[in-house]
Amino acid sequence: MRENFVTVDHNSDKGSFMTDGTTSATHSRDAAAASSLQTEEGPNNTVVPKARGFTADFFIRLFREKPLGAFGGIIVLILLLTGIFADVLAPFGFNEMSPLNRLKMPSLEHLMGTDQLGRDMLSRIIYGARLSVIVGLAATTLSTIISVFIGVTSGFIGGKFDMYIQRLVDAWMIFPALVMLIVFVSVFGPGMWTIIIILGIQYGIGGSRIIRGATMSTKENMYIRAADSIGASVPRILVRHILPNIMAPIIVIFTTRIAAVILSEATLSFLGLGIPAPAPSWGGMLSGAGRAFMLKAPHLALFPGLALTIVVYGVNIFGDAARDLLDPRLRGGLGSYSGKK
Amino acid sequence: MYAYILRRLLTIIPTLIIASFIVFSLIRLVPGDVIDMMVSQHDIGDAEVTRATLEKAMGLDKPIYIQFGAWLGKIALHGDFGDSLWKGTAVADEILARAPVTFELGLIALTIGLLLALPIGIYSAIRQDTIGDYIGRTVAILGMAIPAFWLGTMIMVYPASWWGWSPSIKLVPFSEDPIGNLKTFLVPGTVLGFALAGVTMRMTRAMMLEVLRQDYIRTAWAKGLKEKVVILRHALKNSLIPVVTLIGLQVPILVGGTIVIEQIFVLPGMGLLMLEAVNQRDYPIIAGVMLFIGLVVLFVNLMVDMSYGWLDPKVRHK
Repeated sequence: MRENFVTVDHNSDKGSFMTDGTTSATHSRDAAAASSLQTEEGPNNTVVPKARGFTADFFIRLFREKPLGAFGGIIVLILLLTGIFADVLAPFGFNEMSPLNRLKMPSLEHLMGTDQLGRDMLSRIIYGARLSVIVGLAATTLSTIISVFIGVTSGFIGGKFDMYIQRLVDAWMIFPALVMLIVFVSVFGPGMWTIIIILGIQYGIGGSRIIRGATMSTKENMYIRAADSIGASVPRILVRHILPNIMAPIIVIFTTRIAAVILSEATLSFLGLGIPAPAPSWGGMLSGAGRAFMLKAPHLALFPGLALTIVVYGVNIFGDAARDLLDPRLRGGLGSYSGKK
Repeated sequence: MYAYILRRLLTIIPTLIIASFIVFSLIRLVPGDVIDMMVSQHDIGDAEVTRATLEKAMGLDKPIYIQFGAWLGKIALHGDFGDSLWKGTAVADEILARAPVTFELGLIALTIGLLLALPIGIYSAIRQDTIGDYIGRTVAILGMAIPAFWLGTMIMVYPASWWGWSPSIKLVPFSEDPIGNLKTFLVPGTVLGFALAGVTMRMTRAMMLEVLRQDYIRTAWAKGLKEKVVILRHALKNSLIPVVTLIGLQVPILVGGTIVIEQIFVLPGMGLLMLEAVNQRDYPIIAGVMLFIGLVVLFVNLMVDMSYGWLDPKVRHK
């Protein structure tokens, strides 16, 4: 609105003449009135609201319409920055032991205390953020690619192929995610990259349904038939026409999956099946050797879980807001409900 | 109705076969397979000869589809999931011994989850945008964000270090001491139930808000019905269908949750069985537990579909 103000200004005077009878022309000087008049002026009007970029528009709407989502976005941003600048932020190394300072309560020197090996908890939490960011982004990216690949091919090709693929997805989905993940770890062994790959596969297959649905409805559009009739090849139709039009659900499954992925990694690490020991995974910090000392030093249990909760909360509300803004069709059940029809 | 159930049961069969094939191939994917493990354990004679004998004895020399057929046939016809590699006991017996604990935990968690979610969700909706609504919504978001394994750990740690109280983890059979048995499940069930309640609460609230704006609700008010009747008899029943669907969708999450909760509270259920099996690479047990869980999930989905008929006469007459 603000950037339109100057250009709208002289038009709004004209507008107030046309609609006349309005009490004061000075009122029409405010941008809101101007824009409402501007729409009445019809196609001749040269003042078009400035087209913002997709990303800029998204963030402006996020802050205006979804303050809670914006709050979540800030949490996500803090997480990202903590992950990127962990080396600078952390006062100690994540595996820097100091046997004299074992199990210290939080103090000025160690804001979150130390663990049973004398490692600074704050530093481990900060490096844990890096781990969560890496696993979260890498596994979610992989899962989104898998979802798009399965969903688009299955939805676009259709017919028998679609049926077989969907039965396979059906069968896959009857196994709880955590059970599948545990079995995968038992087969391939724990480790960061294994975890990323199996999380990617598990959530990728689960998310393919949404992409398939979006592809099938996009496929019915006239422009797809038009592209086909002028002889565009299938890959070209997929990349130039289908993909850009299912971008909203793709971004939505990406943002809504990150929280689940981070939580799953933490759960696996908690069960001792995730990222092996010295790595500062938040879930891993709640399990393993530290558990025996938690009664003596409860702060060992407090901080990793708190960090995890805040991050999952932030990513969740940011993801919800992103879904509401980007893809109203998916708003339905689990999203926030505006109360308006 | 019977025809419908029969049709549903028939569509389940291909899903089950594919699902069991997934299980079967996953187990066969193992890099260090069972034979290697056995060869290295019984270090006798020529490894290659031992290998071939073992493969033959276990039927691993046949083509994979025959192995799959034999494996599936045994399960379908005799309920024989094979034997544990370590204990030598039948997998089916192991599962049956552990399943009741998991079922009880899941059932209690589901009950507690619904007891939390439905009243708070309904209250949030009928008092939209009041302080009560905000509190309800905050609780729901917390339920979704707080990891069950952290909440469980905190409950084990903090009361113990402050007051010396910790939840009882000694499991007594229900038949001997029903109250003591339920006491053991109360805390783990609440932790798991709280995790489930978040999503259900939001769904209940959203559906109630939508239903409360319908014409028939206005009619009910106009007839002069009491709030209790309008809400419980007219609004709630109509908003329950998506909630019931959601409960069905939550069963896999519930099963995943029981694994974590059993680990924290040392409850000897299927989740703990599976974790032990994973740590020992006891693949027949892993495969058995997976298939069993898959069956339960399919069965619950069927029940959920059937409950639509009971909840919604429009579905019944179709």
